Amino acid sequence: MSQRTLAFDAPTIRRHHSRSSLTPALRYLILTIIGLLFAFPFLWMVSTSLKTTQAVFKVPPQILPIPPQWSNYAVAFTQVPFLLYLRNTLIIAVFGTIGALFCASLVGYSLSRVDWWGRRWLLPLVLVSMMLPFQVKMVPTFLIFTWIHWIGTFLPLIVPSFINVPLFIFLMRQFYLTLPFELADAARADGANEWQVFWSIVLPLTRPALASVAIFSFLGHWNDFQGPLIYLTHQNDFTLSIGLQAFQSDHATEWAPLMAAATVFTLPVVILFFALQRYFVQGLAVTGLKG
Amino acid sequence: MATIARSRAEASAPVSVAMRRRNTRVGVLFALPFLIGFLTLQVYPLIASFYYSFTQFNVFQSPIWIGGQNYAQLIHDPLFWTSLQDTFFMVVIGIPIQLVLAFLVALLLNSKVKGIAVFRTFVYLPTVTPIVASSLLWLWLLNPVYGPINFVWVHLLHTQGPGWFATAAWAKPAMIVMGLWGIGTAMIVFLAALQGVPEQLYEAARIDGANGWQRALRVTLPLISPATFFLLITHVIDTLQIFASAYIVASGGGGPQNALLFYAVYLYQNAFNYLKMGYASAMAWLLFIVIVFLTLLIFRSGRRWVYYEG
Repeated sequence: MSQRTLAFDAPTIRRHHSRSSLTPALRYLILTIIGLLFAFPFLWMVSTSLKTTQAVFKVPPQILPIPPQWSNYAVAFTQVPFLLYLRNTLIIAVFGTIGALFCASLVGYSLSRVDWWGRRWLLPLVLVSMMLPFQVKMVPTFLIFTWIHWIGTFLPLIVPSFINVPLFIFLMRQFYLTLPFELADAARADGANEWQVFWSIVLPLTRPALASVAIFSFLGHWNDFQGPLIYLTHQNDFTLSIGLQAFQSDHATEWAPLMAAATVFTLPVVILFFALQRYFVQGLAVTGLKG
Repeated sequence: MATIARSRAEASAPVSVAMRRRNTRVGVLFALPFLIGFLTLQVYPLIASFYYSFTQFNVFQSPIWIGGQNYAQLIHDPLFWTSLQDTFFMVVIGIPIQLVLAFLVALLLNSKVKGIAVFRTFVYLPTVTPIVASSLLWLWLLNPVYGPINFVWVHLLHTQGPGWFATAAWAKPAMIVMGLWGIGTAMIVFLAALQGVPEQLYEAARIDGANGWQRALRVTLPLISPATFFLLITHVIDTLQIFASAYIVASGGGGPQNALLFYAVYLYQNAFNYLKMGYASAMAWLLFIVIVFLTLLIFRSGRRWVYYEG
């Protein structure tokens, strides 16, 4: 894959912006229609979450819930142990993210800043790891965690992040290569050991990349469905993902509280996105790799 | 992926043996987490699942070697073929629709008008939404009776709306519609590619008398073909592994007449509902072979239609 396709932050040539025959007004009209099409599902989610049961099943459907039924949120929080699921999700996401930062920053360093024979061999292995389908590893991985009695705990969802995050390793490696080598060399000449060079000189410069890794890792854990589905067995350990899915399976028609729960589940992600948009775009240059 | 591996070694005098040894030690130590993960969570599972695919194994008892029986059984399993059909429907019908629409939206969003960032954000935002939330939301949006989409359908087309996820004929089209909400990632990749097309090329084409349609066909499409190629490969790989969204809208089943029994769903059911680990491993290895084969096929075809500069 050529670097050019993905590095949309730094085009080396004059950018082309389609000079089409559309008039500005028509262009805005089309853009607005598309924007509304993509925004409408969100509106519908929030709107449903505020409707009475009668309003939910009303034909024709109403767009605005009048008056808003905030009690649906209370129902969602009491019928589903929402805070417990939130706590579980946060524990997994936070520790998983720490693991991803640990693994990606160290291994990325070895693959880019340490001059040793192994890095030529390891990089292709990292890339292959990114591409091996989950399914082909699913059964033996499950069995490993069965043998060491980790099924029904958070560990199978957290520990792999400390040793198995090829995408983030690649992201960090790419970023390390963009940093100047002189400062580190000077420190080495002054007698600093490699850990000191890594920890006090190079790592502080990688904050933007670390931020991207943290965001994408957190999001990955927050949104993960298949992992918790396989490894979590007690309802008290459920994450929001499978908690919400279980609730829907049992209460298929309670759309208002369900959409209230979905709204609360989605909101943090949306806030995260708006607050850290910069790092999203940056990380996308590499993680756009993952569809 | 041309990377310039700059190193101190190139700049300074030949590296001493002691130095080289030290570097190896440091390199191994820093790479240790990956080395452990690669062996335990990549290499071992890959080999083990190949072995299990020749066994009968229900987790509680030791695996029993049965040779190629799992594979032979798969060929006579109608659900296996159903799941393959369902999955290939998404690959053959779903991916082209997704990519074409992602490209068209990227074209529209590739302009400098004021507030364009807002529109781009709206298109991208669904891709960060948790899959459970978005799948349940679409189950509700596409509700045949109370959903807003069928309401619009009835009023515009004056015919009864489709049953979407509730009917065998419309379940997969519903999956495709749901997937279109998530074209943001593909759109971003196309957008990046479009922004890399040099203006001079369009001007040259214009001077040569090419009209807008010809410019799109002869300049834009060839120049963004690396992006199309990349998206095609990632989408094929991801679509062959569709799981979460289908599992959620069908509540873990296969949907009406197994219309949503995608390959990965059936594989999951075999492994964790029926505890047929050997059978599931055989399915996994077949999937792996199909993925490798299709990826190579696309790579080969790419020689003919992917244009690389330089």
